[in-house]
Amino acid sequence: MKILVCISRTPDTTSRIAFTDNSTRFDEADVQWIINPYDEWYALVRAIEIKEKNPETVLHLVSAGGPELDAILRKALALGGDEAFRIDTDSRDSYTIATHLAALCHQQQYQLIFTGKEAIDTNNGVLGGMLAELYPAEYVSLATHFDLTTEGCNVTREIEGGEETLTCPLPAVISCQKGMAEQRIPNMRGIMGARTKPLQVITPEAVNPLTAVVQYELPAPKAGVKLVSADQPEELIRLLHEEAKVL
Amino acid sequence: MSVLIIADLQDGQIKKSSNSVISYGSAIARQLGQDAAVLVLGSCAEPLSALGNFGASKVYHIDDANLSVIDPKVYIKMIAAAIESVGADVIVFGNNPTAKAVAPGLSATLKAGLVSGACALPDLSNGFVVKKTVFSGKAFAMVSILTAKKIITLQPNSVSIAPVGGDAVVEKLSIQVPASSRKITGVQKTEGEVPLTEADIVVSGGRGMKGPEHWGILLDMAKALKAGTACSRPVGDAHWRPHHEHVGQTGVQIAPNLYFALGISGAIQHLAGVNRSKVIVVINKDPEAPFFKAADYGIVGDLFEVVPRLTAAIEKLHADK
Repeated sequence: MKILVCISRTPDTTSRIAFTDNSTRFDEADVQWIINPYDEWYALVRAIEIKEKNPETVLHLVSAGGPELDAILRKALALGGDEAFRIDTDSRDSYTIATHLAALCHQQQYQLIFTGKEAIDTNNGVLGGMLAELYPAEYVSLATHFDLTTEGCNVTREIEGGEETLTCPLPAVISCQKGMAEQRIPNMRGIMGARTKPLQVITPEAVNPLTAVVQYELPAPKAGVKLVSADQPEELIRLLHEEAKVL
Repeated sequence: MSVLIIADLQDGQIKKSSNSVISYGSAIARQLGQDAAVLVLGSCAEPLSALGNFGASKVYHIDDANLSVIDPKVYIKMIAAAIESVGADVIVFGNNPTAKAVAPGLSATLKAGLVSGACALPDLSNGFVVKKTVFSGKAFAMVSILTAKKIITLQPNSVSIAPVGGDAVVEKLSIQVPASSRKITGVQKTEGEVPLTEADIVVSGGRGMKGPEHWGILLDMAKALKAGTACSRPVGDAHWRPHHEHVGQTGVQIAPNLYFALGISGAIQHLAGVNRSKVIVVINKDPEAPFFKAADYGIVGDLFEVVPRLTAAIEKLHADK
C-alpha cells in the first residue's frame, strides 16, 4: 500500500491578516507558519495510524511551493512518513497544483491520497476533487471516518444535514475533517529522525492556470457594539426587529 | 448560451437553499444578457416549472432514481454531458457538500476556472472577477476566472432571494446514467430540522452555559426563532453538545443573518467560523469578553436571566405579527 498525504502551509490561526503591494499580496511580516490544521490533524495523522497498523505501508508527503515549505515538510515528517516531495512552483492556482500532483501520482502509483478538507487561508477545498479527476481516482469529500477493507475502503462523509457511510474501491482521494483522527504532537525521536528522511524537489511541467487572485480586501470594520441593558432584554428584540430587520 | 444552475434535491423536493442559488445564477445571466437554466439531477415529486419564480427560464431534468447516490464521478459525467447538450458557459452551484464533492472534478475535466465560496455577483468590468471569502472570513479575495467556461459555488446566505414570478419551461434530458462503483451502506441524519450552514438564525452556547443540563433555555430560544443550534469548541470537546454543532476555525463555518452567542468569550478561532454572520448578538456577563468587539448588539448580564426573557419577547413578537 502506497499512501500520499498532501500538506499545505498556512498562517497560524491567530495571525494578523494584512496585505501589501496594493492589496495584491498577503503580508507575511511576523507571520507564524503552521501545517494547515486539516492536513496535519486529520489527513496526516490518519495516514500514520494506517501505517502503524500495516507496517509495510509506504507513506509519502507532498507540498507545492518554494524552499520556505521545507521546514513545514520536515515538521510533518517528524510526526510520521517515510519521504517527502516538494513540487517547486510559485503558482497558487488549484488546478495547476492538482495537475502537478496527478503527475506524481502517476509516477508513484499511490492507492490512497489524503488531503485536508480545505486550507484555512484560501478556503477553497477543491484540490482533492481536482486531483481525483485528473489521476483518476475515486473522490470522497469531507470524510469523518476512514477504514481500509479487503475490497477498498469504508468511509463516512458529511452530507447535507447528516452523514453517509459508503464503500468504494481504490485508488481514492479522501478529503479529511474532524473525526478522522486526533491531533498528535511530534516526539524528540520523530524530530531527530525527520532530519535525515529524504526530501526530493520536483521541477514540474508548465500548466496554464484557470484562475488568478487579482486583489485582496479586508472587511469593513464593525461600527461598534450597541449595548442593551440586562434589565431590558426585550429592547434587544425590538432593535433586531425594527432596526436590524433580522427578526 | 446560458448560465446553468445546479439545483439540489432532498427527499424528492428542491431544497429551499437552491432558490437563492437560482436567484444568483439568474442575476449573472442578466449581467451577461443570457438565459438562466436550472439542471435537476434525480427524481423529483414537485412541478419544476415553479423554479421560474426565481428567474430561470428553463429547467432541464435528468429524471433517474440512481442519481440519489451522489457519486462525484457519475455527477461530473452527467453535468458535463448536460453542459455539452445545452451549451452553458457559466455553471453555478450552492457551496454545499454536493458541490464540494462535484465542482472541483468538473472544473478539472472541463478546464473551467472554479471559484468556491463566492459571496457576490461577478465584476465584469475587467474580465470575470468573483469575490470570495478567504482566511476563514477575515478577508476577501477577488479571483479572476481566466477560462471561457466558468464555475462558481455560492456561499450560503450571501445573496437575498428575489422572486420574480413566472414559470420555467421544463425539458427532460435523457442522458444515460453510468453505474456507480460505490455503495451507500448507511445514512445518519443529524438531529434538528435546520442544517447549521443553511440556517438563517443560529443560537450558539459556550462555557458560560455552565453545563449540558442548562441547554434547555438555549433550545427554547432556538425553537422560538426556528434557529439552528451551535456551540463553541470547548463545549464540543467536553461533549456537552454533539461535535457537529461546533462552529469555528476547525469546526463548521457559518454565515447566518443573525448569530446569538450565549456565554462565548469570542476567541479568534471561534470568530473565524462566525464572523461572516450579518448581525452578531453577544450575551455575556463579562464586559471584557473579546466577542463584544466583533458584535453588533450585546447585553452584559446573566444569560440565565436574560435568555428566557428574550424567548418570551420573541414569542410575543411572532404572536403580534
